[in-house]
Amino acid sequence: MRLLNILKNDRGGQIMMLVLLIMAILVPIFNLMVPENHPLHVPTYTVTLMGKYLTLALLAVAVDLVWGYLGILTLGHGAFFALGGYAMGMYLMRQIGDRGVYGNPELPDFMVFLDWKELPWFWQGFDQFWFAAIMIMLVPGLLAFIFGWLAFRSRVSGVYLSIITQAMTYALMLAFYRNEMGFGGNNGLTDFKDLVGFSLQEDTTRIALFVLSAVALAIGYLICRYLMNSRLGRVCIAVRDSESRARFMGYRVENVKLWIFVISAMLAGVAGALYVPQVGIINPNEFSPINSIEIVVWVAVGGRATLYGAVIGALLINYAKTYFTAELPEVWLFALGGIFVLVTLLLPKGVTGLIAGLKRHKEVPA
Amino acid sequence: MSIISTLEQITDRHHVYPFLVPAQAPKLDVSHNVLLYLEDITVSFDGFKAINNLNMYINDGELRCIIGPNGAGKTTMMDIITGKTQPDSGSAWFGQTINLLEMDEPAIAQAGIGRKFQKPTVFEELSVWENLELAMAGNRNVWSILNARLNSEQSAMLLETIELIGLQANTQMLAGRLSHGQKQWLEIGMLLMQKPRLLLVDEPVAGMTHQEMDRTAELLISLAGRHSVVVVEHDMDFVRNLAGKDRTVTVLHQGSVLSEGTMSKVQQDPKVVEVYLGE
Amino acid sequence: MTVNFRTLHRYLLSCIVIFFLMSAGFSMAGTAPNAKLDEVSRLLMSKTFDDKSRALDVLVEQSQPRTAELLHLLLDSRLYYHKKEKQLYIIADYDTGKIAIDLAGAEQLIKKKRDYKKIILNNNLRGQINRILAELGLNSNDPQQRENAVRDLLKDITPDTVLALKARFTIEESKKVREMIRIALAINDMKSSDEVLISNAIEQLNGSLEQESRGALVTFIDATETLDTPEASALNKQAQIALKGIEDKVQYYGWLETLYFGLSLGSVLVLAGIGLAITFGVMGVINMAHGELIMIGAYTTYVIQLLMPNHIEWSILVAIPAAFLVSGLVGIAIERGVIRFLYGRPLETLLATFGISLILQQAVRSIFSPLNRSVETPEWMSGLIQINPVFSLTLSRLYIIVFCLMVFVALLLVLKKTALGLQVRAVSQNRAMARAMGVRSNRVDALTFGLGSGVAGIAGVALSQLTNVGPNMGQAYIIDSFMVVVFGGVGNLWGTLVAGLTLGVANKVLEPWAGAVLAKVLMLIFIILFIQKRPRGLFPQRGRAAEG
Repeated sequence: MRLLNILKNDRGGQIMMLVLLIMAILVPIFNLMVPENHPLHVPTYTVTLMGKYLTLALLAVAVDLVWGYLGILTLGHGAFFALGGYAMGMYLMRQIGDRGVYGNPELPDFMVFLDWKELPWFWQGFDQFWFAAIMIMLVPGLLAFIFGWLAFRSRVSGVYLSIITQAMTYALMLAFYRNEMGFGGNNGLTDFKDLVGFSLQEDTTRIALFVLSAVALAIGYLICRYLMNSRLGRVCIAVRDSESRARFMGYRVENVKLWIFVISAMLAGVAGALYVPQVGIINPNEFSPINSIEIVVWVAVGGRATLYGAVIGALLINYAKTYFTAELPEVWLFALGGIFVLVTLLLPKGVTGLIAGLKRHKEVPA
Repeated sequence: MSIISTLEQITDRHHVYPFLVPAQAPKLDVSHNVLLYLEDITVSFDGFKAINNLNMYINDGELRCIIGPNGAGKTTMMDIITGKTQPDSGSAWFGQTINLLEMDEPAIAQAGIGRKFQKPTVFEELSVWENLELAMAGNRNVWSILNARLNSEQSAMLLETIELIGLQANTQMLAGRLSHGQKQWLEIGMLLMQKPRLLLVDEPVAGMTHQEMDRTAELLISLAGRHSVVVVEHDMDFVRNLAGKDRTVTVLHQGSVLSEGTMSKVQQDPKVVEVYLGE
Repeated sequence: MTVNFRTLHRYLLSCIVIFFLMSAGFSMAGTAPNAKLDEVSRLLMSKTFDDKSRALDVLVEQSQPRTAELLHLLLDSRLYYHKKEKQLYIIADYDTGKIAIDLAGAEQLIKKKRDYKKIILNNNLRGQINRILAELGLNSNDPQQRENAVRDLLKDITPDTVLALKARFTIEESKKVREMIRIALAINDMKSSDEVLISNAIEQLNGSLEQESRGALVTFIDATETLDTPEASALNKQAQIALKGIEDKVQYYGWLETLYFGLSLGSVLVLAGIGLAITFGVMGVINMAHGELIMIGAYTTYVIQLLMPNHIEWSILVAIPAAFLVSGLVGIAIERGVIRFLYGRPLETLLATFGISLILQQAVRSIFSPLNRSVETPEWMSGLIQINPVFSLTLSRLYIIVFCLMVFVALLLVLKKTALGLQVRAVSQNRAMARAMGVRSNRVDALTFGLGSGVAGIAGVALSQLTNVGPNMGQAYIIDSFMVVVFGGVGNLWGTLVAGLTLGVANKVLEPWAGAVLAKVLMLIFIILFIQKRPRGLFPQRGRAAEG
């Protein structure tokens, strides 16, 4: 089968797919069929939390694609994630209909509050799911295309590129904080009711979202792996390691970078769109530069240019974050900061690199 | 352009905008037997003239050696030919029809100019095989490289090249693990895979043993004829070996041509003697 | 924070008056002036307005320090008398249970509201009081006070004040005061019906920036708009031209003010960015913790103020070297502890220093609390310089600009004239060569980083005077600093200066048009586009070294 062929030389990917499959089957069973007081019961809260982690893992894979394989340290991928999230949020807002506080069938609550009389043009169409689904990919993709087209063509690279990606997400954050933008300002979009007719409060919807997140992660992973297995993937590595050499060989580096960047942004958009209904809110804070840079550290912890490393890193760090912010909120930033420093200094290849190193060490006793 | 004519253009269904036409380099034309024209080229960095009114012509199929002391502008000249640096003035043509100054690096590379760097630059994280595969001539747009698969003919060509550069035992090895000399060879192999019409080779024997040097010279000489080869080198023995009795040698000094001719003629030129020995 | 000079002035004046009032009450009981004062009181308490008018005359004759104060109290309807005691009281809040103060300064509670009666004035008396006050001000010895007195009069010119002004004009020597009186008289003339007078008045008002001059012209234009006699329309036209001239001038000063605000914002940006320009430009290292080094400087200021609560005036001056040292040492620690292991790996450096910035933020949060701390502004830094009625320079902003230039010049000198500077430039241009020539590049790196960080600390001192000092303040400046450095061209201090000031001014120019947030967004977009057009900034380095 061609699909499995993609994972032929990818042990990490095979294991990950297996785990995802098992989880996608077992978690619904343990949530829906096992009685609540049974020790094996998985509460819906945990299901949603895991679903959230999976969307973040997809985001990490998207970042690994551009950072790990292309060497573009993006500090603005949170922006694509957030844009996908906003596209989904807009759809969910329109779904509320007249069940809002003000009961306006057409306008979301915050617009009524701001005394707006009609729906802005960019909110048109978001009552249709297919339209929102297209926008979830199209808007981040388009932004990435315009940004990348400008940046890569003029050969902005290295730290400069990192800084302007950060400036991009920062500018978007400031813009989205404004009420006049029409995206709910400070508060963002929230109070969602249902998704394609299914109530977001229902356990089954939550389970479905979890399974969807797992499927999305699997598909996203396969797409990335397919790309990187092709000759295009080797060109990416060539560009990462010696951009000018690749150019003198006749490769249009800017096009390679552009398309990978756009694909990565679209994956991030999908991740954002799945994230929003599970956490129930999207606000401009998602654009904040610190969020984007945190994604990079997930990838660094997991190990760059492995794809499955990004998944492992995202799950590890986010689990740690959930744990620490609940138990020892004071310590969390210290820990996160420490991870940044330690990983770059001591673990340049991340956890997966460490494991691989240990394995090799065992196989070849010195 | 007036508004009306712009409007007319927009409403005309058959109008083809220049930016929609894929930029296609004209076909290489060497009917005058000259492959590369460099005329009146000047480049300066912050007032320092790296290249000063340089004129040089390379014939089709020629093997040309270029020598010159440090700072003579050899690398800058290669940068201009390959599109890395734009000259302040002058013209650079590839054959009769291709204006190199209007093209960027990938376009020039695809037009048939290959370059080997002073420092061996191979893709260290890729295997020898993959390095050569990437260098192989072919369609370079994103969609075709995504779908590219090696056919048997291409595989055969790859194997042949690997044999030529003597890396049969290291096909699957990461290029980063090769020795310095092996990397130089791999890079030459990559150049060959590109099937260029013009080969620019910057100090190919730096760090090689004598044996390797001889083999390199042999290889470069065998390439001449099918390709034009421009070799920039410091090592006089190697140049003497390459140039033989009748090949042209060019001496660069302070960004322009100091002397040109056969090795023996150049060596007797008093200007050259002064530059090399007078100081 | 900024106290208008004029209100400050008035406030001080009334303080002095009250002080005199008190001391007079204690020391001069029963002396001759007080006897006169009793007479004034008696007359004021009379039922007839004539008596009150005489009371005012007596007050003028005596001319003692409390005169002005009493007159103001009368105008403000705060002077009362006790019906039975027959004594004057100052009452701010007329109600049972509130306080009444007699002229000697003794307080007493109002037991019955009805016992006290306000001293009522009519319009004549008000006019008389205004005239007296005007004359008092006009006859002050300080030309500045005289000018202010005339300016106060502009608000309400009555025939009485006109008389006073004309009288003063004949003896006035100060040019500025004469000019001000001319304007006042011209405003008055605008109300007349004599065309020549009006025409002259318009001529006089032309170019005057006083609010009232504009008001007089506008009123006149509105009033004569509908008249269609040739004289009236000619005058109307003349007035319109004058008004246009004034408005142009106001607009000009408006631009000047924007420029001033822009330069001060730009100075902040330069201060924040210049430390980064050193570390990024010289060492090729992106220090994401730069914002936190600024924050540390600001917190150092806060701590210094805590340590010397009685000398707030001087705390800033102490804080500058202290912040330089503290931030500089932290910077050196960062360089020695982390960055030196990452040279040649700029992206990793970026991540590691970002981690450090998180740690520093949380450290500050744990030590000082997550809430913002307020740093006091010394007296000498507040206030403003009034250039003319529509344009004034806030002192704090002026200090920031001057301070920024001083820091800039100092850095320039350090880099151009000292041995360290020479080594720094050598290392930045060719590390290997510099090492070969015996420059200890490790030491130079550490010191350069310390220098850049120390300057960030100094920027923190300056910022502590402008914004809240809190754990997040660094983040707000890091992107701005990068934009400045990148815009100006890396490794170029002049570029940083020009870029910072340009961005500051551009931001302030955009602000009224687009709003503060959108202006900032636009600036960011502009820089993003700019970098793509000119990846090496405004003042790029060219040549072999820069190509790499």
